[in-house]
Amino acid sequence: MIGREKILSVVAKNKPAAISLPDLDFKSIDQPVDMLETFAKYVQAVGGEVVTIDHEHVLQERITNDRSTGKYIINRIPVGGQPDEVPEDPAVLESVYRAYIKGSFGVAENGAIWVMESAMGNRILPFICEQLVLVLYKSELVYNMNEAYATIQIDKEGYGVFIAGPSKTADIEQSLVIGAHGPKALSVLIIMSI
Amino acid sequence: MNPSHAKLAEAFNEDEKRTDWHDQTLWFVRQKRDKAAQILPEWEQLRQWASDIKDHTLSNLDVYLAEFERKAMANGIQVHWALDAADHNAIIHKIICDQGLTRIVKSKSMLTEECHLNDYLQQSGIEVIDTDLGERIVQLRKEPPSHIVLPAIHLKKQDVSETFREHLGTEAGNYDPQYLTQAARIHLREKFIQSELAITGVNFAVAETGGIVVCTNEGNADMGVHSARIHIGCMGIEKIIPKAEHLGVFTRLLARSATGQPITTYTSHFHRPRPGQEMHIIIVDNGRSRQLGREDFRNSLKCIRCAACFNTCPVYRRSGGHSYHTAVAGPIGSILNPNLDMKANADLPFASTLCGSCTNVCPVKINIHEQLWKWRQVIAEEGLVAPSKKYNMKMMAFVLARPSLYRLAGSAGRWMMRNLPFLVKVKVLNPWYKQREMPEAPKESFRDWYKKNKGV
Repeated sequence: MIGREKILSVVAKNKPAAISLPDLDFKSIDQPVDMLETFAKYVQAVGGEVVTIDHEHVLQERITNDRSTGKYIINRIPVGGQPDEVPEDPAVLESVYRAYIKGSFGVAENGAIWVMESAMGNRILPFICEQLVLVLYKSELVYNMNEAYATIQIDKEGYGVFIAGPSKTADIEQSLVIGAHGPKALSVLIIMSI
Repeated sequence: MNPSHAKLAEAFNEDEKRTDWHDQTLWFVRQKRDKAAQILPEWEQLRQWASDIKDHTLSNLDVYLAEFERKAMANGIQVHWALDAADHNAIIHKIICDQGLTRIVKSKSMLTEECHLNDYLQQSGIEVIDTDLGERIVQLRKEPPSHIVLPAIHLKKQDVSETFREHLGTEAGNYDPQYLTQAARIHLREKFIQSELAITGVNFAVAETGGIVVCTNEGNADMGVHSARIHIGCMGIEKIIPKAEHLGVFTRLLARSATGQPITTYTSHFHRPRPGQEMHIIIVDNGRSRQLGREDFRNSLKCIRCAACFNTCPVYRRSGGHSYHTAVAGPIGSILNPNLDMKANADLPFASTLCGSCTNVCPVKINIHEQLWKWRQVIAEEGLVAPSKKYNMKMMAFVLARPSLYRLAGSAGRWMMRNLPFLVKVKVLNPWYKQREMPEAPKESFRDWYKKNKGV
């Protein structure tokens, strides 16, 4: 650990005199907005779609319909029974057509949704599926990232991610292409009543 | 020794249409940044907070690094320290050799570019697959990235199509970005699924929680990390932020400044390896602690690598990233690289008009153009300025200090442009004419005009 000691001692020697942390008064920058409207606008802006449904049982019907197509569907949402177990092997998961995962909450200013490891079942699921459906209740929205981080404890689980839209790239001549390495589509299902 | 920025830029400028296209493409990105920033009334407040948080962090960096290490280890992460690039590469090499790994994927990390990790491993017969689309394109072409956020921004779709035809067997003449991206997706999925080791960069390392945050749009960092048995995150010592709540400030600034997106598609928080997985973090100094001791330049360590300064820079846009002959190009690279090797990078602080646009767009308020100007002074004092430049500057100072001589030189210049235009166009005599059209010679100087008109 010679490197460690050397780095820390040079940093200690070379750092400037103490400067205090700023007072982050997030309240001072609050904007009154229509959460759902703003959220829906930004989900679309980042390439996703928002679908509002009246009740949980609509979600259940959608999943049942999806399964009847014979495609590989994984449902991680405990509606009408236990969530599906998720296989460990990425090679198996590669054929997942659609995954339903519960988001913790959405962020209105950018359309991002916080998703925790326990909701995924396997960390790779929201990335490897061809289409991702994230489910939120209408009440599960915050305005901005300041509020978002005030809401979560980032180390509560080993892994957590904000997801904003389907995977995308503009690395070829700045042309936006949806579906880089991850999902080619993202739907956000918002349940309007509990 | 590398050819200088000026020489490389000259070669880049030979293709005028392509230079114009490069300029406009990056300006388009800059405009997207403006729109995204202007939506938020609190933008300037966020910049100030981000700058203040970074100032505070640098003033207490040793304490935060130790706190981060302690928390990360408690999270089951193995922490390594690397004094320099050689140390960094050796640590990764050892992990690879100890465990006999052969299938390695890497998402974007400018630090590993700075350390030339791929070249180093390749010399030991170890292949690393870059998985960011832009990085994979340039890797296949055996080129370095030309931009820290948009690695293949110097290439046209025809170039990418040709590269993919050669390496991935795509159709000749198919330039459709959708088609080409799909081909890369299929090619890289196979690499992800088989990978044993995933190397990632680090956008933010949170001291209070001992975890790292990685931001991507493609999902390539996550695809690699969640498949592989081992994850190595590589970070410079300046990536530390004290608290989780600070992410609220930085994640609002980063993507808006970089590409004009409200946030990157994925903002991934890694705190503990998944069951059965190993997670390593390498904390790298490589000259950063030295930069911390340079009062005029320590501010550069606040950088969050958004590249807003690249996209706005009139010199970067018209000279291309490769002209900077370093891993991090653009205005910020021109103040970071002289610290790494002052002699080899003595040309870079001069690759600027000092217009200050970089400073204006920087989300953490680094005084980039002032530092460029200060580096010029340091470099001149060290005797590292090219003799021609030094001689010209001395001549200029001599003339500027003598008003009558200055006026004489001005009228001589105008007379030359009017009467001997062919001479003005001899590039050896007039380097200004390279890549430029000469303006019409004005009829009179501003001074003469003013004298005539001041009473009006």
